[in-house]
Amino acid sequence: MRIRAVGLARGGTILALLCALPFAFSAHWVVNMFVFTLMYAALAVAWNLFAGYSGYISLGHVAFFGLGAYAEAITFSHTSIGSGYRPFYVLPLVAIGVGLASLPIGWVALRTRAITFAIVTLTMLFVFQNLATNLRSITHGSSGYALPVPTFSVATYERPFYFAMLGILAVALLVSWHVRTSKLGLMLFAIRGDEEKARGLGVRTTGSKLLVFAVSAGLTAMAGAVWAYYLTYIYPQYAVDPLVMIGSVLPVFLGGRGTLWGPVLGAFILVPAQQYLAYRLGASELYLVAYAAVFVVILLVLPRGILPSLGGLVERWRYRGSALAADDELPLQPRIGERAA
Amino acid sequence: MTPLLEVDGLTKRFGGVTAVDACSLDVPAGSITAVIGPNGSGKTTLFNLLTGFARADSGRMAFDGRTIRRPDPTTLYRRGLTRTFQQARIFGDLTLVENLTVAIQQPWHRVGFASVSRSDRRRADGLLEEFGLARLADEQAGRLSYGQKKLLEFATVLMSEPKLVLLDEPTAGVNPVMVERIEQRIRDLHARGLTFLVVEHNMPLVMSLCDPVIVLDHGKKIAEGEPAIVQRDPVVLDAYLGT
Repeated sequence: MRIRAVGLARGGTILALLCALPFAFSAHWVVNMFVFTLMYAALAVAWNLFAGYSGYISLGHVAFFGLGAYAEAITFSHTSIGSGYRPFYVLPLVAIGVGLASLPIGWVALRTRAITFAIVTLTMLFVFQNLATNLRSITHGSSGYALPVPTFSVATYERPFYFAMLGILAVALLVSWHVRTSKLGLMLFAIRGDEEKARGLGVRTTGSKLLVFAVSAGLTAMAGAVWAYYLTYIYPQYAVDPLVMIGSVLPVFLGGRGTLWGPVLGAFILVPAQQYLAYRLGASELYLVAYAAVFVVILLVLPRGILPSLGGLVERWRYRGSALAADDELPLQPRIGERAA
Repeated sequence: MTPLLEVDGLTKRFGGVTAVDACSLDVPAGSITAVIGPNGSGKTTLFNLLTGFARADSGRMAFDGRTIRRPDPTTLYRRGLTRTFQQARIFGDLTLVENLTVAIQQPWHRVGFASVSRSDRRRADGLLEEFGLARLADEQAGRLSYGQKKLLEFATVLMSEPKLVLLDEPTAGVNPVMVERIEQRIRDLHARGLTFLVVEHNMPLVMSLCDPVIVLDHGKKIAEGEPAIVQRDPVVLDAYLGT
């Protein structure tokens, strides 16, 4: 219970600070940058909920981002946006719709494992990109799809989008936290550890993977929907973009796979860094090289990600000279070579 | 005694190799049945077939009076047939209590509940106490020694209150003190009515613990019976010592 109170306080403080942020820094470029930071944080947390917990590396989640974006765009080309907030109210419906749509896709893709699953989902990304480009009667193809422009006050134009992204991030975190403390989380961690063994212990492997895949897809779609409304004009190559996919995976690896706050931490380091690099090196597109270099450095220096590495240090410090280490009747193995959580 | 597990003409081929060749055997209810045989005689493949981790090419099996058409690890587990692996397979990222809790059947409407409920915890603690692992209940299982991992895996498969437990080399690579502890656990559980099918290379242990003993060679059953008789069987001696 104590851990729970500490976690609640930490979560509350971080969210309160994020709520205050657009009031403290109201410059357009700052809030704009944080809209994207929050978007990638939400995408990373959603991706981690599936991939970090179950161990299945999906490289196609951005297909659901695009699905959410097009769902929002198509809906509000037929419907009035009212005072401008209506597109936010339908987000839960977008999540449920895309979540359900992801079930048959997930069911097929999840018949494969490990690297095959990564390739199958990557293929799914390009299939969706092709569909968005070629189903012209629905998506207008490569000429793009326009959304109505809201009449928000110019001085605080980004704020509604900022809070929408923050809301999605909060929901994604809440779901992630709940799953990791529940029986579903335990089943997923068992699958991540040894799926065959888990099956032999009666764990409902297919069902639990599929459930968390759909929830993760739904969360991803909400971020896509807000993104589309924010940009007001979407193109297939940006709505289903491998770069967005990489952007939602990298923070997870940097912060720590399978952790609660790791993906958020990763996004808050990577997205501003990327924006800065794009600003300094943008003309030459060298920023992409710098971005890739960041990933290489992560893999070399912190293969387990920031939070698990720090956690390992704290643990080692706490256990030094403890009864456990001194016990010779039931000696424990050293932590060397232990697999990343 | 009526057989708890009946196997008839089970066959598995890998390319040109017949790993299990028309194998028929019975595991009497309430017995500790041993499967022995030289390396590569098909013992582990037989286990994989019986527990649904591999699919047989032909043959049929019945467990607890019911024919099993398509053996599948999850279904068999729910019916009360469970196994351990030669290399102890445990979940290293999870604590000991969590390892045991994974093995408790969860209905779908409960997947959102706390991962380890109070009653899960009680059951797990009781079993860990029996296995002498209670003090390590909240440690990460990955930090256990090899012998402790074997004990933990053994304890885990008992969470579902199975009828038949298949142990694949329960004492291989384990120190003598731990061998005694594992043997004692098997005897205690057997006294409470649990049936075992054991693959084991430790012959003194097999001879004192198991009855009947089934001998495999090149995937075929070559002998079956009381340990003392099997031990003197010329066919068995020939298979082990070779010609």
